[in-house]
Amino acid sequence: MLEVEDLHVEFRTRDGVARVLNGVSYRVAAGETLAVLGESGSGKSVTAQAVMGILDTPPAFVTWGSVRFHGEELLTASPERRRAVRASGVAMIFQDALSALNPVFTVGFQIEEQLRLRRGMSRKDARTRAIELLDLVRIPSARQRVREYPHQFSGGMRQRAMIAMALALNPEVLIADEPTTALDVTVQAQIMDLLREIQRERSMGLVLITHDLGVVAEVADRIAVMYAGRIVEEADAVSLFRSPGHPYTAALMRSLPRLDSSKHSALETIKGLPPSLLRIPPGCPFHPRCPRAEAVCAVDVPAFVPLGPGRGSACHFAEEVVRG
Amino acid sequence: MAELLEVRDLVKHFPVTRGVLFRRTIGQVRAVDGVSFSLAAGETLGVVGESGCGKSTLAQVLMRLEPPTSGTALFEGEPMFPLRGAALKAWRRDMQIVLQDPYTSLNPRMTVGDIVGEPFDIHPEVAPRGSRAGRVRELLDVVGLNPEHLNRYPHQFSGGQRQRIGIARALALRPKVIVCDEPVSALDVSIQAQVMNLLASLQAEFGLSYVFIAHDLSVVRHLSDRVAVMYLGKIVEIGTEREIYEHPTHPYTQALLSAVPVPDPELRGQRDVIRLTGDVPSPIDPPSGCRFRTRCWKARDVCATEEPLLVDRGGHPSACHFAEERHVVP
Amino acid sequence: MTEQIVPLVDERPRGLFGDAWHALRRRVLFWVAVSIIFLVVLMALFPGLFASGDPNLAQLSRSRGAPSAEAWFGYDNQGYDIYTRVVHGARASIVVGLLSTVGVVLVGATIGMFAGFYGGWLDAVVSRIADVFVGVPFVLGAIVILTTLNAGGDAGTVRIVAQVVLSLSVLSWPVAMRIMRSTAIAAKQQDYVKAARALGASSSRIITKHMLPNCVAPVLVYSTIALGAFIGAEATLSYLGIGLRQPVVSWGVMINSAKDYLRVAPHALLFPAGFLTATVLAFVMLGDAVREALDPKLR
Repeated sequence: MLEVEDLHVEFRTRDGVARVLNGVSYRVAAGETLAVLGESGSGKSVTAQAVMGILDTPPAFVTWGSVRFHGEELLTASPERRRAVRASGVAMIFQDALSALNPVFTVGFQIEEQLRLRRGMSRKDARTRAIELLDLVRIPSARQRVREYPHQFSGGMRQRAMIAMALALNPEVLIADEPTTALDVTVQAQIMDLLREIQRERSMGLVLITHDLGVVAEVADRIAVMYAGRIVEEADAVSLFRSPGHPYTAALMRSLPRLDSSKHSALETIKGLPPSLLRIPPGCPFHPRCPRAEAVCAVDVPAFVPLGPGRGSACHFAEEVVRG
Repeated sequence: MAELLEVRDLVKHFPVTRGVLFRRTIGQVRAVDGVSFSLAAGETLGVVGESGCGKSTLAQVLMRLEPPTSGTALFEGEPMFPLRGAALKAWRRDMQIVLQDPYTSLNPRMTVGDIVGEPFDIHPEVAPRGSRAGRVRELLDVVGLNPEHLNRYPHQFSGGQRQRIGIARALALRPKVIVCDEPVSALDVSIQAQVMNLLASLQAEFGLSYVFIAHDLSVVRHLSDRVAVMYLGKIVEIGTEREIYEHPTHPYTQALLSAVPVPDPELRGQRDVIRLTGDVPSPIDPPSGCRFRTRCWKARDVCATEEPLLVDRGGHPSACHFAEERHVVP
Repeated sequence: MTEQIVPLVDERPRGLFGDAWHALRRRVLFWVAVSIIFLVVLMALFPGLFASGDPNLAQLSRSRGAPSAEAWFGYDNQGYDIYTRVVHGARASIVVGLLSTVGVVLVGATIGMFAGFYGGWLDAVVSRIADVFVGVPFVLGAIVILTTLNAGGDAGTVRIVAQVVLSLSVLSWPVAMRIMRSTAIAAKQQDYVKAARALGASSSRIITKHMLPNCVAPVLVYSTIALGAFIGAEATLSYLGIGLRQPVVSWGVMINSAKDYLRVAPHALLFPAGFLTATVLAFVMLGDAVREALDPKLR
């Protein structure tokens, strides 16, 4: 339904050209949850912004690749067409609801605005629908709250309001960029439950961008792991956690402190730092930090090696890594 | 054995004022509302809670960056809060803090060497003349940084490295207790592990005690010997790490633990799911009796009239009239 | 565990001012502004380099003469050589601008730092006093101060200049105070100040080592722009007849004496006005460039 293929994005800055995305490809089908997992600088948010067409150009430039929604190419589409797809085809929610919601308009207004502009609804109908949506996202006293301003909502409520806004035009795909990172863990659980429920009811595709392996394990059908602007591994959730196929994924999992473990011994760490996107190392971008790097890793960029149906890893030694 | 640090009934209220010319106090934010705990030498006490529970305020008051409203704290048996002048300054050598944000906790106009060396400038009796430079290099080395980089400025380092600089600064005076206020929350996952390992190894090497404040329960479990769970300014449950994580008795602790996602997809649908409803009440006007009752599935009439005390219920202290063990963590 | 980790960006150790200088160097605006200012300051220090005549030599026979090969800018109504006077006028204008800025910044910034750091009643009192001064309209206040001080006939050069500097400083210190105060309040909240307090740093140490270096930037930007503004303000006051006057030569004084003859001898006004505008603009451009260079380097 939504397909991203070989996307390349550059950021042209005074200090040089940062290669933020270096050939990112993934796809989402109806009713499916794809988690895009990565740390800061991996490019996970930039990919989503490129799909939505909200990258700041300059300094960001899409230099190659394609984004297709139901087969229609979006990158070369007209601004009007992109706007039409935005919100009713592919919608997005962000990490910080406080800055994503306009503080000078009521929450109701912000939801109704889209309905009136894009669906031509009357003010009364839009108001009714807005209240329905706030109800859908479990905001109590929706009828009163629809007239309130974002700052009058608590953090979790604001996130729900943002979800309501995103759902107003019944999008087929929802991209959630770190939707719960700034929230308390009990609120996070509520929001994730909500997203899952909505997704099931509407057979919506969900792209969940996060750095939290726990959230990913609970929610995702498939996972794409990103590093330095590339997808280094893609697999279904169970396979990924059972036997990761890329050294980065494996190292990441081993470095996590576990809620269910009383072990207090030193955590396994990944030495070094993520690379600056202005100076990505040659060959495999992970090789300076990889515990099993060999000579070839510093020279050849690894191709995406298939490891089974719907699985793949960009490592010269993917098959060995998978076997453990 | 006497405890290194003993806190009794610590209270910190912030006045809510109105008016520009003549400020009137119309209420109090009851950030910390009667907290008691102890810390033994070489031990790590983890303090967990969600936003608004008062754990950061607790850190500020413990470090005497904010005066307490009431309550006492004994450090090595001596009262901490009445200290003044030279005695206060001497006490500061024993208790230090590591802050959360690596981007604002270092003065951007000072070199790393000056930042880590500042403790010696303030307390010249600790480092005899001429040994300062050597000590600074040693500290940088101990935290895993290149000592040659002491002429660099903070903005030339990554977040994880800056946090190490902050740790080096806290370590300089060889304190006995370090209060860690969310030291890894602002770091990437792969860097968190590095800093956590560093904190653990420093504790072993220098015989430190930590008050480790964080919201990430997995991180806290990994580093702590004992854990205190806070809610709206009070400790609702406290015990050893095993007791809290494997035998929690307070409903809030249970809800908190059940909400933490575990990185194991095969546990999907198998976990004990507890979901809280409603929002956290305001610390200005907390609920009467048990503060958690507005969101608790066990709440009865007695919960509104009588505040449950933090006393031993089923093995370790828990502040609930209906405390009951429930195994939530898989 | 002591794994060696390489710092992020391998550069020479360069402080934030070093970084700012590097950014400044690249901007054309900066160099244009600096050249103009350099020229004007040179004029102020060594007028002899530029003009050999006597600025107070009046040749009535040449009155209102147009620019010529002898007198590049012509003569004004009294027969003064405009070019010579413009060159000599630079000194008074710069001196007034500089002294006023120094006065305002020293007094205002110091008070602002203490008000911001200590807060409480000190802050409340200082802010209310500042509010009173801000409430006084500038020109009106200047007129009142200067006419009061001038009540005493002829005065020497030093006294004339001092009066103007004083009135400008007294009326403008609240601006510098407020800038420093709000910056200080923000700086006080920073985590590194908390860390310094936790180490046991004294208030004076915190103010000088931690707050001052981080609060300097906005005040610096303000001073460069203020310098230009004060030069312009001096011209305004002189134009009104209450600022500098004979025997002091300044651009404002020249504009004042040329205003009545604008129709017949426009060059008498245009040249000093042109220099004045260029100088003020140069300082404003400098302030702009400095602000941009200092701003993004906060990380």
